[in-house]
Amino acid sequence: MELRAEKLAFGYGHQPVGRDVDLSVSPGQVLCLLGPNGSGKTTLFKTLLGLLPAQGGRITLDGTQMSALSRAEIARRIAYVPQAHEAVFPYSVRDMVLMGRTVHQGLFAQPGEVDRARADAALSDLGIADLADRDYTRISGGQRQLALIARALAQESRLVVMDEPTASLDFGNQVVVLDQVKRLAGTGLGIVFSTHNPDHAFACATDVLVLDEGLTRAAGAPADALTEEMLSSVYGVDVRLETLSSGYRVCVPPALSG
Amino acid sequence: MGDRHTRKLTPGLALSGLGLAVAVIAAAAAAIGPYPLTINDIAAALLRRLHGVSDPAFAQLETVLFSVRLPRIGAALLVGAALSAAGAVYQGLFRNPLVSPDILGVSTGAGLGAALGIFLSLPVIAIQGMAFATGLATVALVYAVATAVRGHEPTLVLVLAGVVLGALAGACISLLKILADPYDQLPAITFWLLGSLASIQPADVATAAPVVLISLVPMVLLRWRMNLLSLGDEEAAALGVDPRRLRALFIAAATLMTASVVAISGVIGWVGLVMPHIARLLVGPNFDRLLPASMLMGAGYLLLVDTLARTMSATETPLGILTAFVGAPVFIWLLATGRRGW
Repeated sequence: MELRAEKLAFGYGHQPVGRDVDLSVSPGQVLCLLGPNGSGKTTLFKTLLGLLPAQGGRITLDGTQMSALSRAEIARRIAYVPQAHEAVFPYSVRDMVLMGRTVHQGLFAQPGEVDRARADAALSDLGIADLADRDYTRISGGQRQLALIARALAQESRLVVMDEPTASLDFGNQVVVLDQVKRLAGTGLGIVFSTHNPDHAFACATDVLVLDEGLTRAAGAPADALTEEMLSSVYGVDVRLETLSSGYRVCVPPALSG
Repeated sequence: MGDRHTRKLTPGLALSGLGLAVAVIAAAAAAIGPYPLTINDIAAALLRRLHGVSDPAFAQLETVLFSVRLPRIGAALLVGAALSAAGAVYQGLFRNPLVSPDILGVSTGAGLGAALGIFLSLPVIAIQGMAFATGLATVALVYAVATAVRGHEPTLVLVLAGVVLGALAGACISLLKILADPYDQLPAITFWLLGSLASIQPADVATAAPVVLISLVPMVLLRWRMNLLSLGDEEAAALGVDPRRLRALFIAAATLMTASVVAISGVIGWVGLVMPHIARLLVGPNFDRLLPASMLMGAGYLLLVDTLARTMSATETPLGILTAFVGAPVFIWLLATGRRGW
């Protein structure tokens, strides 16, 4: 299973947002997408998920053109984890996760025993089995994000695309979510996620792609691709990279350290 | 767990309770009226009808029961259930717990057709046919306009197109009211726009019921997928369903259902807005349970209101007035205590 984009141009309608993006993700890989606000990350994600048509270049899933696949065929291969949102209706967490099973059901089917078992297994896997009967609207942002990841697991796609999974989470929940990302890649999932924090790329990504004004500014393994000059220029502030005694790489803004 | 939800009853229990309540209201509605019947009278008459026995001693009683009350009870149940089912669908589609089945202009459109029919002094059946047709046509037009206007959030464009075309249809109704004969046609138009089951005929129920049942089929079959649509287009698509096709199908079914009952009852507001909302508080948002709960509540509520409308005073009170008097305070209460929508 491989998601590959070549010379990809993307945007809304006739309005181009980005072009010439090359990337690929396979099971076991974690691709971290970095870029400042307005760099085109979300538009790129929507295009990778087939929610927006590519404006140029090509996206393939295992060699098959994305545009030739139906919604269900795409969903069986790629799951989407949106930012933890406020739902309008108070579905139970279990129902929310069960919705990930839809793609494995017949058109007129209701979730069955197998679906329920898979959903509960996904909830247990993420350590939130005790939330199953709670209302999705009444759990915390971090719990919602885990529930949405559980839904992606229940969907049983080999690839998972996560749109800023750590956005608007407190520090502890950010660590919990990134830890899950790392763990899930270890179980053989391919993961693409976006973030505003370059530290997250060092923390759990095997590959990184930096998007700036719709163009690729850097790509490759985080240790090679993320340089002080590049990050400083992309984010418009002086960035220093430091290695802690534990070997952990972090970004430091000198402007705040003096 | 302080915030653990306790408000949802076991769904089976809630639905049986609602079913029982509807049965009790129906029995009471059959008994109450200017010609009071006892439950024994009603049961005996039903048994005689069942066995094909006719007894001239009970002729008057049976006329009251079978030609007047039961058709009207059936109509109230049908109209209430249909409006609430359509309301539950629309609230899910538009991801807003406070929208009503006429959000896309079906009721106003039907009102325009009916007003035109009355203005042209057409027979009742033609007035109903025109109401049904213009109700459907209005929503079709709204949908066509929204599809033509691209590049915006699709549901938002649909709602705005519905508001605009609904206002236009409302203006046409006002024009017809001004032109109408103030002694004969104007009261008829006004009465129709407020909804009433006073002149319902058994044939009305017989024509509307099959349309309601047919519209109900996709709602029941696709009830799980309705839940996905209520998450929004992008999430539904990423979960593997085609939101545009599914939405078009649900809009068609809910519109057909609403138009078919509005054609026989006139415009009855609030039921389709308030009942699905309360049903959701009772059984939760899963459409599998929300649909039957909404229909039972809508059926029971409209029957209750209609029974009040025909027994409260010597002249019949239009249903739209009664449902508004109950609906508006409930709506404000929901706004004050409810969750955030748009």
